[in-house]
Amino acid sequence: MAKVPVRFTLNGSEKAEFIESGATLLHALRDKIGDTSPKGGCHQGTCGACSVIIDGELRLSCLTLAETCNGADIRTTSGLAAGGVLHPLQRAFLDAFATQCGFCTPGMIMAAKVLLDRTPNPSREEVVEALSGNICRCTGYEPIIQAVLTAARANSQNAA
Amino acid sequence: MELRKSYFADVRKDGLNEIGQPRPRLDSPGHVTGKTAYFADRNFPGMLHLKMVRSPHHHARIRSIDTSEAEKHPGVVKVLTAKDVPHNVYTILILIQIGPEDETVLADGKVRWKGEAVVAVLAETERAAQEATAKVKVDYEVLPAVFDMEEALKPGAPLVNEYHGQNYYLYDSGGCRKVRFGDVEAGFAEADHILEQSYQSSPIEHAPTETTGCVVAPEGNDRFTCYTNTQAMFFTLDNASIILQMPGSKLHFVGGTVGGGFGGKVDVIVEPIAILAAKLTGRPVSFIYSREEEMQISSPRAAEKVVIKDGVMNDGRIVARKVTGYTDAGAYSRHSPYGAQKGAAHYPGPYTIPNVWIDTYCVYTNRTPSSAMRGFGVTIGDFALEVQMDKLARLIGMDPLEFRFINAYRDGDMKAHRQPTEGAALIECMQEASRAANWPVAEKYMAMSSYRKGA
Repeated sequence: MAKVPVRFTLNGSEKAEFIESGATLLHALRDKIGDTSPKGGCHQGTCGACSVIIDGELRLSCLTLAETCNGADIRTTSGLAAGGVLHPLQRAFLDAFATQCGFCTPGMIMAAKVLLDRTPNPSREEVVEALSGNICRCTGYEPIIQAVLTAARANSQNAA
Repeated sequence: MELRKSYFADVRKDGLNEIGQPRPRLDSPGHVTGKTAYFADRNFPGMLHLKMVRSPHHHARIRSIDTSEAEKHPGVVKVLTAKDVPHNVYTILILIQIGPEDETVLADGKVRWKGEAVVAVLAETERAAQEATAKVKVDYEVLPAVFDMEEALKPGAPLVNEYHGQNYYLYDSGGCRKVRFGDVEAGFAEADHILEQSYQSSPIEHAPTETTGCVVAPEGNDRFTCYTNTQAMFFTLDNASIILQMPGSKLHFVGGTVGGGFGGKVDVIVEPIAILAAKLTGRPVSFIYSREEEMQISSPRAAEKVVIKDGVMNDGRIVARKVTGYTDAGAYSRHSPYGAQKGAAHYPGPYTIPNVWIDTYCVYTNRTPSSAMRGFGVTIGDFALEVQMDKLARLIGMDPLEFRFINAYRDGDMKAHRQPTEGAALIECMQEASRAANWPVAEKYMAMSSYRKGA
């Protein structure tokens, strides 16, 4: 299988790899670059555990070909804490007991981040809609929804 | 949440400071930063990928296996069949002397359920391994299969598993687990009403977000490190030791981080074959279930059938209960004989009934082997028992909650399996439920206590 060069920024730092044509971004991130925060739960675009942010949009990295990401700005949960200080979403997930096994958490936080970047004060319904592509089998979702609402409140207080 | 401290105030130390308070989990900081290391986050240079050739039939004899084309497929490094496995026939609970060994790591001469592992293919990439599985030729002679427990128990039913010649598990107590307490027929004779009902459940898949799997790395000294998401570390270590005929000192298991288990990761399925592959190739090996395998291949909760016959008096007392429980093990035992046994101990429910008769059977069919899942052996039984309790209450025109107060077990009551009740709190839980759900019951029930009646 021919390899193709791929170059993008990951959490602000430049990355370049030769990757098999047809390989997914999830494979490139996890197995080539070593960012294992996106998880492979289904490899068919149904569970949301592999969610990342590409140029500001929420994307499923298991359905995204790595070679289509040339020049892209890619963000993952591993790059969210700035200088060791947790992002308000991370803080809220901790405080609200919104993680159990933790496998869905990085994807869940990415989905929530795209929501809050666009809708700083979402309604509960908007949070539910934004997380509807991410499956959690442990929490029953309620603590996750509360965590996102809490993070939104913390954000708006900081902004005020 | 309100913490009521009035219950059992005289016997309880009152240093309960944690309940009702949010406390961060120790592992959460790793989860929210993406730093928690799950088994599949370990990546080793030169790692091989294992894919399994699986039976397309529910029940078939294997006439021959031809792996020659698969071995020639570009990227394929090794192909494993039953003859490569040192101790191929095993059973998980042999560690606690619950036999017989009845399941193959890789099928040998026969397959007994659709999806059973037959041949393991190891290749440089997942894709090459997957492609090569399609090139393994297995010649099957399809056999009649049975999917229903009652059909499996009939004379002349297809024999599912030669290690269980009668299609049910033979306990030391015979063909079923039995509880006999009082005289159940005398109880029925005395009863004002008798109600017999059947309850059935289908298999249930745990569907964890992280699929079952492991990554094995040779340490270079004939010792192997196995990163796994097993929920049963020492069952897995000890069974791997038996299957591989290797001392446990050669096996280094790293686990404890599980991306959702719910009981679905207590079987010993991926680790032994992956360690064997690492040993025979000298290379790291990754064996990770696809989502399809997780849903179709991993053990579900057993299908169950529960037949409950109760004798009840007009004043609300249950005077006789007869239960026959059937647990569908699928083609192999795994944890199901234990699940059926748990059912026998559980079926009277948290109620004091003077005459009890229970038989629980662990039945073999050509379905996916079932195993552990959250409270297996009792969860479906509780569903059946509590629906039955509601029906009994309706039958005698009594409030369903008050009906449960009348029959609730209390400290000092003798349970059907002859363990005296200690530390019961059912009465108090129901009193609190009555308040919380705004479902009032008569004052005499709110004045009851779990302490020994009359004491």
